[in-house]
Amino acid sequence: MRIAISDDALALACGADQVAEAIAKAAPDADIIRVSSWGMSWLEPLVEVDGIGYGPATVDDVAAILDGSSGLNIGRIANHPFIARQQRLTFARAGITQPLDLDEYRATGGWLGLEKARAAGADAVIETVTDSGLRGRGGAGFPAGIKWKTVASADGPQKYIVCNADEGDSGTFADRMLMEGDPYCLIEGMAIAGLAVGADKGYIYVRSEYPHAIAKLNAAILASAHIVTPFDIEVRVGAGAYVCGEETSLLESLEGKRGEVRAKPPLPALEGLFGKPTVVNNVLTLAAVPYILANGAKAYADYGMGRSRGTMPIQLAGNLKHGGLFETAFGITLGELVNDIGGGTESGEPVKAVQVGGPLGAFHPASDFHLPFDYESFTAADGLIGHGGIVVFDESADMLAQARFAMEFCAAESCGKCTPCRLGSVRGMEVLDRIKTGGRAAADSVESLPQMHNAPKQGRSTDEELSLISDLCETMKFGSLCALGGFTPYPVMSAIRHWPEDFGASADMVKDIS
Amino acid sequence: MDKTARLGEIVAAHAGREGPLLPVLHDIQSEFGCIDEETKRFLASALNLSRAEVHGVVSFYHDFKSEPAKLPVLKLCRAEACQARGCDSLAAEISVVAKDRCEIETVYCLGLCSVGPNAMIGADVHARLDVGKLTQLIEAL
Ligand code: SF4
Ligand code: FES
Repeated sequence: MRIAISDDALALACGADQVAEAIAKAAPDADIIRVSSWGMSWLEPLVEVDGIGYGPATVDDVAAILDGSSGLNIGRIANHPFIARQQRLTFARAGITQPLDLDEYRATGGWLGLEKARAAGADAVIETVTDSGLRGRGGAGFPAGIKWKTVASADGPQKYIVCNADEGDSGTFADRMLMEGDPYCLIEGMAIAGLAVGADKGYIYVRSEYPHAIAKLNAAILASAHIVTPFDIEVRVGAGAYVCGEETSLLESLEGKRGEVRAKPPLPALEGLFGKPTVVNNVLTLAAVPYILANGAKAYADYGMGRSRGTMPIQLAGNLKHGGLFETAFGITLGELVNDIGGGTESGEPVKAVQVGGPLGAFHPASDFHLPFDYESFTAADGLIGHGGIVVFDESADMLAQARFAMEFCAAESCGKCTPCRLGSVRGMEVLDRIKTGGRAAADSVESLPQMHNAPKQGRSTDEELSLISDLCETMKFGSLCALGGFTPYPVMSAIRHWPEDFGASADMVKDIS
Repeated sequence: MDKTARLGEIVAAHAGREGPLLPVLHDIQSEFGCIDEETKRFLASALNLSRAEVHGVVSFYHDFKSEPAKLPVLKLCRAEACQARGCDSLAAEISVVAKDRCEIETVYCLGLCSVGPNAMIGADVHARLDVGKLTQLIEAL
C-alpha cells in the first residue's frame, strides 16, 4: 500500500502530521511518503491511498480510510474536477512528487530546461523567454524577457539574480506552495536566468512567516548545488516588513539596510543589488521558466488571452467552500472562479465582495463577475490581478471597516519615505473613523485658537468627508513612490464606489462617486 | 560564555556574506529574544556601521524587538482572508483567555489563507481555528 500525505505548511496546520503518525501506527507495513500538496485546501489533510483520495482526514478517520470504508472518499485525485479542469504547467508536480527527491524531479522532466538552455546559449534563452510572452507574475506584469535582456547587456563582471519570495499579500500562497512543494523548479529557473544574463549568484528573499519554505529551500539548494554549479544560491530571510516585497526595498533589505523604497531610475536591472545589474523576479515567474525552456516558447504562449500569455496560478481564499490553488490559462472569468470552482461562500451567504490582487487590490461586486482574469481587463475595471490572489467576503462584510483596514495596513507597513503614503494613510484612517460616526464636529479647542486661521471652523458632513477621502486617495495614487501608497486607494475607493450605503453616503453623493 | 563573546561568534559566522546585518540580527533575536542597546553598540563597531544605522535597521522591521517577550507569543493572522473567515471576532472572544498566558501578536498573512483563521506559535502553524481550538492552544502554552 502506497500512502501519500502532504507535508506542505497548510496541510500541517490542518493536522497532517498527526494523521500520518496514526496511519504509521495502524498500518506499519504501508509505504508512507510525504508529498507536495495538490492545493485542494478544503480537503487537507488529504490522504492518498493507491491513488484514491480521502479528505479532510482526522486521526479518527484513519481506520476507515485504511479499510476503504471511509465516507471521505473523493475517488481518484487526478480525476477530481478541481484538478482535472486545470492547466498545470508550473504546478505540474503538485501533489505528485516528494519535494526534495532529486530522482523524482528528474524523472518528471526536471533539469531538462536547464540542459536545453546550456546547449542553446544565453542569447537563445532570452529570445525564448521573450517569445513565450512571460510577464512578471509578482504583480506589475513587466515582460520577463525584456528585463533579462537589459541585465544581459549591462556592463559589469558581477550580476545577480534575486528571487522575490516575500509573498506578503493576503490571499496569496502560490509562492509558498511552490517553494515547499517543488523547490528544484525554482532553483532550475534561477539557474537558467543566471545563464541567460551572466550572473553566477542568486538570492532568494523569503519572508520570515514561511519557516517551512525556508527549510525546504535550504535543503534543496544543498542537494542540487552540484547540478546548477557554477551558479550559487543563498536564501535570505526577511524580517516582517510587507514593503520589502517591493522590488527596490527588497534590495535595500538584502543589503542589510532599512527596507526603504528606492527612487527609479536607476533601474535595478542596471544598478540593483550592491549597485550591480540585477534581475528581480517573483517566484512564479522564475518557476515558469523551466517549462518554457523544456517545451519551447510556443507551447507556453499558446495558453492565455491577449497580451496575458501562459497560465496563472490563481489562489482562492477567504470565505469560499473550495479554496486552494487553481492554475489555469488567463481568460477565465471572475464569476467562474468564485462560483464554479470555489463553490461559492463557505458560510452559504451570498457573496458581497471579492478582493482581487491582495491588500492593494480593488473590491469587486458580483456585477464584475463577467471580467476575464487577465492583466488588461482588471486594469480597465479599476482593479488589478497582482499576484493572483482572490479573497471572497460574504454579506456580513462591512466595507467601511474594510476600507479603514486598507488605510490602517498602509499606515502600519509604510516605509515612510514619501508623505502621501506615510501621512495620507493615517489621515485616511481618521477620516474613515469620522465617517463611521457621522462626520466631523465643529472646530475643537486647538483649531479655534486665533493662530490656526487656516483650520476649518465648521463641522463636516459625511458627504464632505467622502469627497475629502477621494481627494486624499487621488493624492496618494499619484504622489506615492511605490505601490503601497499608490495602490491603497484601490481597495478604499472601490469599497466606497460599490457599497456607498456602508459609508452612509447620501443619494446625491452616490451619483457623484459612481 | 559571556554575551559579547557569543555576539562575536555570531558576527564571525556570517563574515563571508555580502550585507550580513539581517542574518546576524535574526540569529541574535532568536538566541536572546531581543536586540538591546548594548548589542546595537557591539554590532556597530563589529560591522563598521554607525549606531544610528544599526538602530535604524532594528527599528524598521517588525521581527526585531527591543525587549524580550515576557509571555509566549502567539501570532494571529488578522489579514483580509482571515477576516473574511472571522478572525476579528475570534480575537475579541479570546482576549480574556489569553490575558496572562500569552502575548497575541498580529501578523498579516501566514500564507494559509484558504483555511483561516490561522495562527503560528514558533514555527508551528494552526488552521481552522475557532474559540475552542484556540483556547486549547493557549492553555497548552
Ligand atoms: S509609497 Fe509608502 S511604502 Fe512606498 S515609498 Fe512611499 S512611503 Fe514608502
Ligand atoms: S490572510 Fe490569514 S493566512 Fe493569509
